[in-house]
Amino acid sequence: MLNIKGIWKSFGGLMALRHISVDVKEGDIKALIGPNGAGKTTLLNIISGIYQPDKGEVFFLGRNISNLPSTKIARKGISRTFQHVELFGNMTVLENIMVGRYVKTKAGFFSSGLKMPYVMKEEKEIQRKSEEILEYINLAQRNDELASNLPIGEQRILEIGRALATEPRLLLLDEPAAGLNIRETRNLGEIIRKIRKELRITIVLVEHDMELVMRISDSITVLNFGEVIAEGTPLEVQKNREVIVAYLGEEEEIQRGYNAHT
Amino acid sequence: MLTVFLQFLFSGLTVGSVYALVGIGFNIIYNATSIINLAQGEFVVIGGLLMWFFTESLKLPFLLSAVLTILSAGLIGLLMERLTIKPLKNADLLLMIMITIAVSIVLRGILMFNFGKDPYVYPPFTEGEPLSIYGAIIQQQTLWVIGITGLCIILLFLFFNKTIVGKAMLACAVNPTAAKLVGINVSRMVMLSFILSAVVGAIGGMAITPISLMEYDKGPMLAVKGFCAAIMGGLGSNRGAVIGGFIIGILESMTAGYIHSGLKDAVALVILLLILFFKPAGIFVSKTMLQLRKF
Amino acid sequence: MKKGDSLVFFIFIFLIGLLPVLSGSTYIMTVGVFAGINALVAIGLCILMGYAGQISLGQAGFYGIGAYVSAVLSLHFGLPVVVSLILAMVVAAMVAVILAVPALRLKGHYLAVATLGFGEIIYIILNEWGPGGPSGFGDIPHFSLLGYTITSTTGYFYLIWGLVAVVMIFSLNLIHSRTGRALRAIHDSELASNAMGLDVVELKIKVFILSAVYASLAGGLYAHYITFISPSSFSLFYSILVLMMVIVGGITNLWGAIIGAVVITVLPELLRRFEEFDVLVYGLILTLSLMFFRKGLVPILVEKIKKLRGLAVVKH
Ligand SMILES: Nc1ncnc2c1ncn2[C@@H]1O[C@H](COP(=O)(O)OP(=O)(O)O)[C@@H](O)[C@H]1O
Ligand SMILES: [Mg+2]
Repeated sequence: MLNIKGIWKSFGGLMALRHISVDVKEGDIKALIGPNGAGKTTLLNIISGIYQPDKGEVFFLGRNISNLPSTKIARKGISRTFQHVELFGNMTVLENIMVGRYVKTKAGFFSSGLKMPYVMKEEKEIQRKSEEILEYINLAQRNDELASNLPIGEQRILEIGRALATEPRLLLLDEPAAGLNIRETRNLGEIIRKIRKELRITIVLVEHDMELVMRISDSITVLNFGEVIAEGTPLEVQKNREVIVAYLGEEEEIQRGYNAHT
Repeated sequence: MLTVFLQFLFSGLTVGSVYALVGIGFNIIYNATSIINLAQGEFVVIGGLLMWFFTESLKLPFLLSAVLTILSAGLIGLLMERLTIKPLKNADLLLMIMITIAVSIVLRGILMFNFGKDPYVYPPFTEGEPLSIYGAIIQQQTLWVIGITGLCIILLFLFFNKTIVGKAMLACAVNPTAAKLVGINVSRMVMLSFILSAVVGAIGGMAITPISLMEYDKGPMLAVKGFCAAIMGGLGSNRGAVIGGFIIGILESMTAGYIHSGLKDAVALVILLLILFFKPAGIFVSKTMLQLRKF
Repeated sequence: MKKGDSLVFFIFIFLIGLLPVLSGSTYIMTVGVFAGINALVAIGLCILMGYAGQISLGQAGFYGIGAYVSAVLSLHFGLPVVVSLILAMVVAAMVAVILAVPALRLKGHYLAVATLGFGEIIYIILNEWGPGGPSGFGDIPHFSLLGYTITSTTGYFYLIWGLVAVVMIFSLNLIHSRTGRALRAIHDSELASNAMGLDVVELKIKVFILSAVYASLAGGLYAHYITFISPSSFSLFYSILVLMMVIVGGITNLWGAIIGAVVITVLPELLRRFEEFDVLVYGLILTLSLMFFRKGLVPILVEKIKKLRGLAVVKH
């Protein structure tokens, strides 16, 4: 479903990604792991069109999307969350989800101002569907609160809900468990699995929480210094020597960086 | 032919000097705070009108008046920063823009209340025969304006490159957090930038008033032209502001001379829009910069 | 519109209907007409700034385009006033597109200066090439529709506030719709808006056009009401006045634009005696509201009411 072919990306002199190729199968939960600064977020940014690659291509459902702007990519069915939560902070929880419905609805500027009958019907539909999504991610009781007032755990879940509202085929999650406690993380794991199973959405998961990754992902790609150093099932990756070295060698640092971040 | 051309050229250089000084004023504050101070033009007006007040109304000696004008302008810059900018620290950009507009209106209101709507003028700094180059007349005051501008530029260059305080101010611009870490008092530097910027503007106003008169509401146009000068060479670069100021001044005086005097203000505005729209490279925050901030 | 809005709206209509009956004084009606004209411009700027997060210091430009185009078309080309008003809005919309496409790529300060520059250019054009130059021109026909011509100030009061009501309904509908939510989303995070597939650029351009159309409508009405116009009514100062109305009333609430317009229009009338002070007073009002009442009158009031209601609920 998603084929990343030989992506290069540098920032100034810094080579963030060197010749990255990854394939994601339809219906999979693909985990992308690696120490801080490995280039995971950069890769998600390239897939979702926030950055353009220096070299290489991204294919989604067989189409080359490497040079499309993020808006167009979102409309093609790729949605995402952000490592540093990017909610619409001055809007309510429900409204955040309703914005997610934008791509699936079409009331125009003029017809909205004139409140044409079809607009009202659509608006009701947006509301109903959004409430349904809130229900689905267990945030219904929060619907009237300002998004910025939620605790970080719920903000991350809300971001997933907003992404779901666009009815994506592919969902990119950037460290959704960062800042969550054990119970919240477990709940998150359940939601992600539910999304895959019930909504049949393919998922790319960037995550540091190894327990979560090992538990829910079908396949894992390990990045280090902008390169793929290993790939395989959770079991295979766990046994991979290079991964152990890359990880254990930096275990402490990851932990520290992680804590500093949260 | 040549005579007329030279005449326009010199008058362009004269007003251009003031635009350059306003542009530098924008840069000084922008470098320290990344705020565009839309009250920058009022500093120039303050310079001209206060100088008139001290020399003509109070009949003080020239040098004393000049010193008093500079001190007062510095004080106004300081008050502006302490009373409006500092309390709003970390407010969003929209608010920062609006507060500088608000201050400019307050200043204009005070000026109008004290000086009324009439234009003011006082004698040139030195009496004496004008020079003549190929028949073009150069008033002595013109030389003063250009000379003072040159002096300001040299002093500012020395200040930012050779003194510890100047270097510290630049450091704040590059990276405020790091500047704080190495013990620079960022808040003091921001204050200093407003003082300095007000003084530079006021000096321009003092020098130009004998040539082009000064009235309370000249500020906004001066600000727009100075801003145009500043972005021409990329916001933050003083050398760019000087070149930009001269270019605008000359184009303006050529337009007024050869085409139509009513259009002289339009020149700078059109250049401003053209730069903003079509030369975005050094002008608005580049895409990568924006991304840098977000991630 | 939402429930709360509908209630306020009825009170609003009621007041408009009542005012001329309570006080037929031409003076009050005249101030009312100007407040209504200003409200139209302020509503547009409020959507642009408070909802879409874009600044404009050039609304006087569109206001001026509306006044001059409509006046010239009806006076010199003999078009019916309604037609000339509509054409004026079309012209303003076209100018807005030409300006918006490059300008809205600019951020913050640059957008502020670019729109300011645009307003000043229009001002210079009116001075240089407008009929009558700096001293303006008169004999502009009054508003008329279906053979009926409005000449009385009270007539204009009803006409203009009626249009304010229509514009308000349209705007309230808009901001509570899919589009309005998208605008607020863009204001909060452009990054996330893009990632959600919103047409960020297109929406910004559309609101900019909308604010220009409102301003030009107001300008046209102004010209036909006062029948004499000169460039001085369309200077930078007017743009700043409108900015002030929006801020004083409360930038995040459309009703704030109307309240702000009324307050800022009535204020100089109250301050008549301090003629030389007016610029200073305006400046101080703007400064103080930015420093201490950043939210503006209406949002502060809404909060107070909510609090009182909360207390009442607790008591019972
Ligand atoms: N916009 C940017 N500008 C400059 N460097 C960047 C930018 N984004 C990421 N980088 C750099 O690229 C490298 C990879 O970063 P990132 O993709 O965020 O890593 P990860 O998400 O794996 O922790 C890091 O060294 C980071 O500093
Ligand atoms: Mg990351």
